[in-house]
Amino acid sequence: MSEMRVLMQGNEAVAEGAIAAGVRFYAGYPITPSSEIAEIMAKRMPQVGGTFMQMEDEIASIMAIVGASMAGKKVLTATSGPGFSLMQEGLGYACMVEAPIVILDSMRYGPSTGMATKVSQMDLMQTRWGTHGDHWVIVLSPASVEESYQLTMRAVNLAEKYRNPVIVLSDETISHLREPIDTSIPKAVVDRRLPTEKAGYLPYKTDETLVPTIANVGTGFRTSFTGLVHGESGFQTANGHVAEALVERLRDKLFNNLDDIIQFETDRVEDADILFMSFGITARGVSEAVESLRSHGRKAGSLRFVTLFPFDDDRVRKAAGNARTIVVPELNSGQLVLLVKRVFGDSRKVVPMNKINGDLISPQEILSFIREENL
Amino acid sequence: MRPDFLRSERLPNIWCPGCGNGIVLHALLEAIDQLQLDPDKVVLVSGIGCSSRAPAYTAFDNVHTLHGRAIPVATGIKLANPDLTVIVVTGDGDGSAIGGNHLIHAARRDVDITVVVFNNYNYGMTGGQASPLTPSTSITTTTPNGNLDRPFDLVKLAAGAGATYAARSGIYFTRHLIDHLKKAITHDGFSLVDAVAQCPTYFGRFNKKGSAGQMVTSQKDWMVLKSVAEKRTPEELVGKIIIGEFVNIERRTPASAGAPKEQA
Repeated sequence: MSEMRVLMQGNEAVAEGAIAAGVRFYAGYPITPSSEIAEIMAKRMPQVGGTFMQMEDEIASIMAIVGASMAGKKVLTATSGPGFSLMQEGLGYACMVEAPIVILDSMRYGPSTGMATKVSQMDLMQTRWGTHGDHWVIVLSPASVEESYQLTMRAVNLAEKYRNPVIVLSDETISHLREPIDTSIPKAVVDRRLPTEKAGYLPYKTDETLVPTIANVGTGFRTSFTGLVHGESGFQTANGHVAEALVERLRDKLFNNLDDIIQFETDRVEDADILFMSFGITARGVSEAVESLRSHGRKAGSLRFVTLFPFDDDRVRKAAGNARTIVVPELNSGQLVLLVKRVFGDSRKVVPMNKINGDLISPQEILSFIREENL
Repeated sequence: MRPDFLRSERLPNIWCPGCGNGIVLHALLEAIDQLQLDPDKVVLVSGIGCSSRAPAYTAFDNVHTLHGRAIPVATGIKLANPDLTVIVVTGDGDGSAIGGNHLIHAARRDVDITVVVFNNYNYGMTGGQASPLTPSTSITTTTPNGNLDRPFDLVKLAAGAGATYAARSGIYFTRHLIDHLKKAITHDGFSLVDAVAQCPTYFGRFNKKGSAGQMVTSQKDWMVLKSVAEKRTPEELVGKIIIGEFVNIERRTPASAGAPKEQA
């Protein structure tokens, strides 16, 4: 297929990537810096036979996409930190009932209302730990407009495949960035598996994939969803063994498939003595800094987390090479660095580099940091 | 009522002896039966609370959501598959407190779903606390000196928010309740039925309302049919609850709203 370069905004790429992956239901609430996604979807959904709903708040937005997902649609909502906070109960519910949903969180400066038009990476841990109870989510992190398109498609596919919420963790800069993207990239589309036999149908019975084949509502299977602990029947139980098996399965259905889910992007890790670990927009500054350091003879390398969660310590350790120093630049007070320190303990020198003034980390700042810290 | 509308393996239910929820559920299943709806195309969606357990006893698709969130989930289901009959089962706390915002916005949008409020004037599941429908001066565990707040009039709230069908009934008037549930379900647009039931365990006991049976039969003393109430003076209606149909109008689609102007 010939290349088709199109100039797009990050938020537009999310909307178009979602549509390419088959999303036909969008519900959302206006919030900077993700509002354009709702605006684009308001126009695009009717054009592709889909449905757009502007809800009364983010709580209703996530619950509406959960409902539409239960009825068989591929779904998306988009928000930013304050709205993402409101979505947390719905996120936990979607994990529990195993509804495939995709949430785009475009990070802005927090806490609270913070600075609506300023970038941050302060929601990283919120994606993983924002809702109560043991639960597991998939979190993908784009670093460009093109990747916003690709990863939103991938998010929809992973959500359907594993019947799990997937979060695309973008940020204010990527949301509003305009870059040329290639829209001719292959559009592999994954559909959720559905049950075939009505006799003896148990919505939460699983095979070796550990992913249930739950019927869409209205298809005659008379299915049952509940946020209460439930067995294979989908009905509530207070049996501790059933509860334990359920929560273990929610974990294992993802952790048995880490090769499929986890993606890193590495650059010259093999001989690096200083390695940068970052995600999202920050990785772009890192990339240029690594180039500059190499041109000055320094063996620098980088690892970018395309998949942030599930976070697998062994895979990170293997991908990190032998660099004695690992620098973790991020636009928060130190969130990713907690995970990196967990992986390496005292075996490497793990150095946080944080910026919390609403601006990006520039390559020059990284170079200055290396110099000043004698790294 | 068709016995196959219930999941017998899920019974007995969790409700207290004398609870009114079973009668409201029975009336709902009777309404669905009398309307001869295709059971494969009926979805019951609920929130959290005693009444919200009702859908899981039925043989339909049932979606037990979060506290207050049944209406947005029902909205998503209905818009994703408009062929379905989507009925929300909620309580006075679930539907009018934590879910109150969703209620008024669904009414405003005139989403074609039916909301059945099992109204027992208090939070039963958590031990009898006051809800937005608890009458003033009533005793609950969170209003030990009497409720200082005024309750919502739920049908007026729904009507004010744009509901195109709103009715109230009580479980003593079972036929009346079934009739209004049928009209609500067949109504094209947002419909709400405020179904007054009793909680003898908490609200009844705290407020000395007598036995469950007395609470049910007393409805004939303090509920007045709308057609009768219209002939009464305001003084005669003090302390009375009016039951019947309050709104039943054709849904209105804004003239300018239509198909998209361009195709992809």
